[in-house]
Amino acid sequence: MQFLRTWQLGIKSLLLHPMRSALTVLGIFIGVASVIWLLAIGEGISQKAQKQIEELGAENIIVRSIQPPDESVSFNSTVKAFGVTRAEYKMLSTTIPSIRDIIPIREVVKKFSNTNNANVKPLDGRLVGCTPEYSDITKLNIDRGHFLTHREIQSRATVCVLAHDLAQYLFPSDDPINKQIFLPESKEYYKIVGVLKPRNATAAIGGSLAAQDFSKDVYIRVKNVNDVPRTAELIQSTLKSKDPARQDISVIVPYELLEQAKTTRLMFMMFMGLIAAISLIVGGIGIMNIMLATVTERTREIGIRRALGGKRKDIIRQFLVETIALSVVGGLTGILGGLLCPVIIDNGMALVENFFPRVYANLPDVAKEMRPQLVPASFPIAFGISVVVGVVFGIYPAMRAAKMDPIEALRHE
Amino acid sequence: MTASPAAAPQASKSAIGTTAVRIVDLQKHYFLKSETVRALRGVTFDVPAGDYVAIMGPSGSGKSTLLNLLGCLDRPTSGSFYLGEDNVAAMNDDQLSEIRASRIGFVFQSYNLIQQLTVVENIEVPLYYMGRLDAQARERCKKLAKMVGLGERLDHRPTQLSGGQQQRVAIARSLVNNPYFILADEATGNLDSVTTEEILAIFQKLNDEGRTIIMVTHEDDVAAHAKRVIRLKDGLIQTDLINQNRIVFSAERLAKVAYNSDDYRETPAREIAS
Ligand SMILES: Nc1ncnc2c1ncn2[C@@H]1O[C@H](COP(=O)(O)OP(=O)(O)OP(=O)(O)O)[C@@H](O)[C@H]1O
Ligand SMILES: [Mg+2]
Repeated sequence: MQFLRTWQLGIKSLLLHPMRSALTVLGIFIGVASVIWLLAIGEGISQKAQKQIEELGAENIIVRSIQPPDESVSFNSTVKAFGVTRAEYKMLSTTIPSIRDIIPIREVVKKFSNTNNANVKPLDGRLVGCTPEYSDITKLNIDRGHFLTHREIQSRATVCVLAHDLAQYLFPSDDPINKQIFLPESKEYYKIVGVLKPRNATAAIGGSLAAQDFSKDVYIRVKNVNDVPRTAELIQSTLKSKDPARQDISVIVPYELLEQAKTTRLMFMMFMGLIAAISLIVGGIGIMNIMLATVTERTREIGIRRALGGKRKDIIRQFLVETIALSVVGGLTGILGGLLCPVIIDNGMALVENFFPRVYANLPDVAKEMRPQLVPASFPIAFGISVVVGVVFGIYPAMRAAKMDPIEALRHE
Repeated sequence: MTASPAAAPQASKSAIGTTAVRIVDLQKHYFLKSETVRALRGVTFDVPAGDYVAIMGPSGSGKSTLLNLLGCLDRPTSGSFYLGEDNVAAMNDDQLSEIRASRIGFVFQSYNLIQQLTVVENIEVPLYYMGRLDAQARERCKKLAKMVGLGERLDHRPTQLSGGQQQRVAIARSLVNNPYFILADEATGNLDSVTTEEILAIFQKLNDEGRTIIMVTHEDDVAAHAKRVIRLKDGLIQTDLINQNRIVFSAERLAKVAYNSDDYRETPAREIAS
């Protein structure tokens, strides 16, 4: 009875100043909502990054060729060779037992066009020369047709597989399978045998293409994921045995990137959490501020209550109940605000895409493709913190109210 | 409103013959940085149950100091103060709070109602702190509000009431715990002469019913209604006299007063304070 009454009374007092109470609640609302939002965005971004890396394949090691800086090229008038050589490739494939597959890949930027359709302008794209294992290692999925086969490689057939986006661009209205694409620069035709499923761009792939001796990249698949770090070291030492300072290759280990990404994610989440926690504390200081003002304003009431038999702890309870009510309302509305995060971000992105396409185009891919992932734990955490903040920041004003001398308080105007 | 004859004192702890308040050599000193103010320098008196005492005296004589002690809002520097059997002078803050909630009825000069509460809720406050606020008690609070003529305004807030009406709420509140005595501090100080008379008539009616009233006042006109007048000077009792020329309201006048305890007496009030 008394408990109910205390709450009823506290809420009544709060409703006496609806605007003030609403603003105080807003402080906590923002704090709680931002905990949930920031954690959801952080989770969305790191999941995205992790997925990109996972697409490279955790059991893969990629040896990438890097074009040396320009001056070293212009030093000799002839183009200098760089990257993994055929001999090195042979050595890697024969000396390291933990390697399951090893595929050389050559990648060239070319113009692509559809000669049958005059409406389609030629487009710049990447031409990747590879072997059938490539689709497996890089986790490419075929949508229609088939991927390159060993028979096609052996017969040196001029066949190709188109990426989803390129296929849509070159063949907007008809089925590309068994049609041909034309590479105007080299005047080559390739028959299309397959089309890939849509796929996110993999940020780790890039680089320049001129003057490789043998292969741009070498994709290596290791038999056992646990052997990846050791195998990577072996590859490093093999390739750098002659020249330890060698700059024209880099060994990319998605497995290690993945491990790194996990740490980065943890740091990122902690950072986001910290920002959110700070905003909650700011909200808490807002509560304390308001409650201190309220206590001073209600000095007379406190005096009356004490005179009519209210004990110190009754006064403390009364003001604590008010701050807790404020922070709980802030916490609950904040959770609602947090739940809306994915909806708001998705719609917001769509809005930007429709009304500010320029701005949208300039956004980094992570931002464009990020889908906030609500972290379930963030709800109880945010709510718990908001209540704790209410109690922590409410206790001082409440104590101040309770410490007042009833006689002085009664005399207060 | 039905006319009610001046009722006989209720049979209760505060029946005639027992002492409501006894203070013995009560002293209160304020210790300031530069000096010690001896606001009360040894005050001794008894207030028998059913008495009606006015405390008077010039400014600075110690009236408010004495009132704070009688109201258990403060502790004396020395001396004893008995409320019934208990020596209040030795009690701690929580115990004093309990005493205030259960044994004392306050009526202040500035009414001191809680602004966000309605008439009935204001009357309920002492019971709330006694932890005795049940449905029955609430019903009684409504009856008390009706008794002081505010039956139509149970859900009004203090700001919606006149000064006289607010003071009647305060009187109803002071009765809710059936106190050992009602402590009135310049209870009519903020009211015009007509309303002052109304409140004093209610006090007389309460006293006629057997309730003990101690009031502090500056005004001789107000003190003239008390049975007994204690005059303070410089922290000491100067005179403590029976009021020979007491002004007593006529039965006809009392019948018109906004206080009708017929309803209230149906449920013996003393039950809640025991
Ligand atoms: N809290 C206090 N601290 C120090 N001195 C005080 C305090 N309260 C009262 N006094 C002093 O005690 C003396 C008695 O004061 P008190 O307020 O009891 O007088 P009073 O009779 O109520 O006067 P008034 O009629 O003006 O209200 C005064 O000298 C006053 O200055
Ligand atoms: Mg005074």
